[in-house]
Amino acid sequence: MADVNRGNRPLSPHLTIYRPQLTSISSILTRITGNALIAGALLVVWWLLAAAVGPEYFAFADAAIRSVPGDIVMLCSLWALWYHFLAGIRHLIWDNAMMLEIRTAERLGWAVVIGSFVLTGLTVAVV
Amino acid sequence: MVELALPKNSRVRRGREWPMPKGAENPRKFRIYRWNPDDGNNPQVDTYHIDMKKCGPMVLDALIKIKNEIDPTLTFRRSCREGICGSCAMNIDGINTLACIHGLDEIRGDVKIYPLPHMPVVKDLIPDLTHFYAQHASIMPWLETKTNEPAKEWRQSIEDRSKLDGLYECVMCASCSTSCPSYWWNGDKYLGPAALLHAYRWIIDSRDEATGERLDDLEDPFKLYRCHTIMNCTKTCPKGLNPAKAIAEIKKMMLERVV
Repeated sequence: MADVNRGNRPLSPHLTIYRPQLTSISSILTRITGNALIAGALLVVWWLLAAAVGPEYFAFADAAIRSVPGDIVMLCSLWALWYHFLAGIRHLIWDNAMMLEIRTAERLGWAVVIGSFVLTGLTVAVV
Repeated sequence: MVELALPKNSRVRRGREWPMPKGAENPRKFRIYRWNPDDGNNPQVDTYHIDMKKCGPMVLDALIKIKNEIDPTLTFRRSCREGICGSCAMNIDGINTLACIHGLDEIRGDVKIYPLPHMPVVKDLIPDLTHFYAQHASIMPWLETKTNEPAKEWRQSIEDRSKLDGLYECVMCASCSTSCPSYWWNGDKYLGPAALLHAYRWIIDSRDEATGERLDDLEDPFKLYRCHTIMNCTKTCPKGLNPAKAIAEIKKMMLERVV
């Protein structure tokens, strides 16, 4: 290896060329929903704090959360909560080195995705 | 560290389109990543046309045909052409696999070929695997014993031997490790699925007497625990092995020995 260019080797493409997989998408969604829920939880805490501050400020916070954009954020948070919860259960199963074959892992993936929507629908219907 | 964008010198440019062979009855387009270390340019994707009437069934057949008949500068590794040497691992149609055992009929549309993802490129489809091999060496891929050597050989029951099935078949092609986002972002410290599958192969070998030391070595925030069960490794393994499960078994053993 006498005269090869080692200094300026390019990095081969990765994220942009790799085909998304059910397991990889459901994995990154776990992280995204987890992080988004931090924001969602802060919003709820703000709403509770507003109640402690006084009736005028609470009326303002309550109106913000009950507005259409507020409703959308809360609905997404609800879905994220169910998704993250089910994905967490999936991780508990996997931590026992169970259901890690491609077939079972993908079934779990679909169960998490479909289950999160069904549970979100049920929650909206009940509450 | 997560870096979603490629470095400046790695951004892929549009490449050249090679002419269609004369009288092609069943032409097919191949888009192939090229990088020449000698011309100082960025990588590019070249387009080739092959007459499928006159081409073998596998992706490697097409690559060899291009090299023989169209462009002799196209550079790739290959050896056994039957899925046992692991040389021709590359990213084909969005997944990592061995070009020699991936059928052209498994691919829809144009055939897109890149080197294994997130690796330094030596030339065209050849990645630099130095670090990958060093990680393999670091898990001590050999039998470690403390007792005196037996007169004949280290024996093993049929049951104990069967625990190695699904592990020993790995050909170290690096398809799994380079499919793993955790390995992309933390490959300097995370060992990756291939090395960990091999680690597990020695951890559960009934003849090995360094199980504790092997587990000690993996007790580290990065080496083992950067696996988040994304499962790209198992999904892509051209030999049908399950590194994700092997890693889960190691994590389980780690837990079992402290509780």
